[in-house]
Amino acid sequence: MQRQTLGALIGLLAWLLTGCGDGNKTIVAVYAAASLSDAFEDLAAEYEAQYETTDLDVKVKLNFAGSARLAAQISAGARADVFASANETTMSRIVADERTATPPVLFAHNQLALVVPMDNPGNITTLEDLSDDDLILAVCAPEVPCGALAQAVLADASIDIDADTEETSVRAVLTKVMLGEADAGLVYATDVTAGGNQVAAVPLDPQIRFNDYMITTISNRTIATDFVGFVLGLDGQRILQNHGFDTP
Amino acid sequence: MSDRPAPKEPARQPPIIIVVIAAIAVAVLALPLIGLLQRTPWPSLGSTLGKASTLEALRVSVVVSILAATVSVVLGLPLAWVLARLSFRGRALVRAVVLLPMVLPPVVGGIALFFALGRRGLVGRALQNAFGVDTLIGTTAGAVIAAAFVSMPFFVITAEAGLRQLDPRLESAAATLGAGRWTVLRRITLPLLAPSLAAGATLSWARALGEFGATITFAGNHPGRTRTLPLAIAQANESAEPEAAIVMAVLLIGVSLVVLIGLRHRWITPYAHKPANSPQTSPS
Repeated sequence: MQRQTLGALIGLLAWLLTGCGDGNKTIVAVYAAASLSDAFEDLAAEYEAQYETTDLDVKVKLNFAGSARLAAQISAGARADVFASANETTMSRIVADERTATPPVLFAHNQLALVVPMDNPGNITTLEDLSDDDLILAVCAPEVPCGALAQAVLADASIDIDADTEETSVRAVLTKVMLGEADAGLVYATDVTAGGNQVAAVPLDPQIRFNDYMITTISNRTIATDFVGFVLGLDGQRILQNHGFDTP
Repeated sequence: MSDRPAPKEPARQPPIIIVVIAAIAVAVLALPLIGLLQRTPWPSLGSTLGKASTLEALRVSVVVSILAATVSVVLGLPLAWVLARLSFRGRALVRAVVLLPMVLPPVVGGIALFFALGRRGLVGRALQNAFGVDTLIGTTAGAVIAAAFVSMPFFVITAEAGLRQLDPRLESAAATLGAGRWTVLRRITLPLLAPSLAAGATLSWARALGEFGATITFAGNHPGRTRTLPLAIAQANESAEPEAAIVMAVLLIGVSLVVLIGLRHRWITPYAHKPANSPQTSPS
């Protein structure tokens, strides 16, 4: 083998191996519901910034998915430090499996929103319009918190829908609407912003229903408790409000 | 092929290191399976299997995988012939494109299918006008397309390899004896190719049966239409119903094994056992 090729290969190998470690960083692994994606990215950035002037090099590793999937991963032994779920039911599974290190705490609320593609091909103006079977309708599966909330809201209004797809995360519903593949989707109020100028929200009647976001530590590490404290603190709550969440 | 009896050699100890590595390979592949079986709730197996939702997912899986394998064979056989028998500029490129779904993450395949066949995709509008199809989300047709997208390459490469191994002189001989094009195809080419075609069809069917990512992305998750066993398993696993997930996984494995073992004895082995240098004749 040529000397240069060999050198390049060794360099590549060294780079691959160093990429795997995080050196002396203090890592906090946060598993959060998909609907929290944008808010928690901001939260993590501000949280890391807090430590910039200290000796501690803190890095937040975020893992977003439907709460149900995250709960299943944690139950199966995933090494998370913090878990933020989009409702209490999902959180209670982790509690039942004795995977929580501290009792879960309520930290935010969200409401249901009806989104349509910008040009509104299905001509939807009210929640009642969703009972039209010809519409292509995307919702969350009932096992996912956003699906449970949607079911409750639709039951309150006595509306029967025929969903074309039951997604396992709220952001998957949003994507289908953003792509224009679904005429409408039921998501959280905070997801409307994430849809940018590709989706429009159909105004709904004032709602009495909302979901409770719960947060807990999974590991016994100090950094886990510290991160949860940050979310519940003034800065954390302000960031959540900026992203459209109601805070307790 | 692999089942050909080993050539007779003077009795000798097999190299121990190879046997050890082979044993490790078996362990890597078999241990998860054993783990699954050991966690299977056998007493409640029947009741979970008998649940309407399980049977529905099984039905969707069987229908979708068989249709996808059929699409793979019908479209893939002429493609394999073109790749094996015609030489043209860009053949390497075509082959690369054909094989791409094998390495592509299925979710990427699902998104790509949207941009092609979706309502706002490249040919989506034409599809809408031609067939009156408004969307493929939540339809069995969408699930079949997604499964065929990921499984067709398995048929094409197997069939192409089979065509390349075929001795073209047999076809020429038949032609010189007066057989027409279709007769040659029907009486010589296809019978000789049968083992490859069966193996390819089985591979693509198996891949379609296990399909998850492209299906849930492109066809969505609709009970009775696109919710196949893999989708139902993922959903049960995420719904704090690991037992249901395990039972359906065992069911899926059972179906695969029955078909793979059954087909192996029926079609593949008899041909594979023929010594390589024996004159190949069409089976009668």
